Amino acid sequence: MTKLKFYSWLAGVNLFISTFTFGGGYVVVPMIRKYYVEKRALFTNDELMEMAAVAQSSPGAIAINLSVLAGKKVAGMLGVLISVICSILPPLVILGLISNWYAAFAANQTIMAVLKGMQACVTALIIDIVIDMYQLIRQEHSKLLNALVPFAFITNVFFNLNVIYILELSVGLCLIHTYYQQTKEA
Amino acid sequence: MHLFWTFLKIGLFSIGGGYAIIPLIQEQVVHQQAWLSEKVFTDIITISQMTPGPLAVNTSTFVGMQINGVVGAIVATIGCILGGCVISISLYQFFQKHQESRYVATALKSLKAASVGLIMSAGFTILMLTFFESSDFSYKLLSQFDWQAAILFAAALILLRKIKPNPILLMCLAGLVGFFLY
Repeated sequence: MTKLKFYSWLAGVNLFISTFTFGGGYVVVPMIRKYYVEKRALFTNDELMEMAAVAQSSPGAIAINLSVLAGKKVAGMLGVLISVICSILPPLVILGLISNWYAAFAANQTIMAVLKGMQACVTALIIDIVIDMYQLIRQEHSKLLNALVPFAFITNVFFNLNVIYILELSVGLCLIHTYYQQTKEA
Repeated sequence: MHLFWTFLKIGLFSIGGGYAIIPLIQEQVVHQQAWLSEKVFTDIITISQMTPGPLAVNTSTFVGMQINGVVGAIVATIGCILGGCVISISLYQFFQKHQESRYVATALKSLKAASVGLIMSAGFTILMLTFFESSDFSYKLLSQFDWQAAILFAAALILLRKIKPNPILLMCLAGLVGFFLY
């Protein structure tokens, strides 16, 4: 495939994904998986998980961070540029258009019904990718890593602990564990 | 320029994404700069849930638009995403470069595990919203359990696990079902 064709594919995919990311940044993870991993095999599920982790640990919108990382991975700095422009364009245009009559938009019953249906689907998409990712974590055969998943889930949902603290705690715990192991081996 | 700096700041301090950053944007845009009223801000959140794109991007587009038209919208949006893009690329480069280091590899692994847990909690929150139209727990919620949404969710999940359809196609299909159901 020629370079030009690849770049236009990248632009198209980002426009497309960004147009359909209702319901928060996390939906981008299964979308990226479909197009980059399953259809094109540009990187692996494990690499996707690394990127998702980095996107989440960095400030800013997770969806944008993730598509930028994916763009960098497959096409360097030009990929970053293409990805970032194409992923902010759809929300920019759509919101720009409706910002003048948003009240009418919010009260529209038909739009609400369609969105309600989509929300159920978004939920299924997120649960689906969580199942797959958790299986990847389990393959590491580390009790500590396995425990971090429910730890992050419970502290976030039930104790409303700030994401920054959850990430710092997780990294801290694992580093201490590695240090302990290393001194034991030595 | 002032618009750019404010949104650069919002972008830089909004770790965690999604609903966690609403109070932060509110503080800056409504209380400190008084660019928007409380009411308009609530409307933006509602709209953001209905339109594609991240909340931070949507809010910056909206605010920028109100202050300085299309140019304002573009300036605010770029300010908002710049910090995150630069930091996430540098962070990823750092992890790639020091892969052989046991500590760096451990740090990345723990971030991966924690982030799966966080995605899980985002899934849980949106699951509650879909089934009960509220993410707060209380007993009276049980009476407003949305069976149709639950069945639609289950059907979508089974389809995803069994035949792995295109997610966007499935979204459109679910939207269509929603149109006939509600």
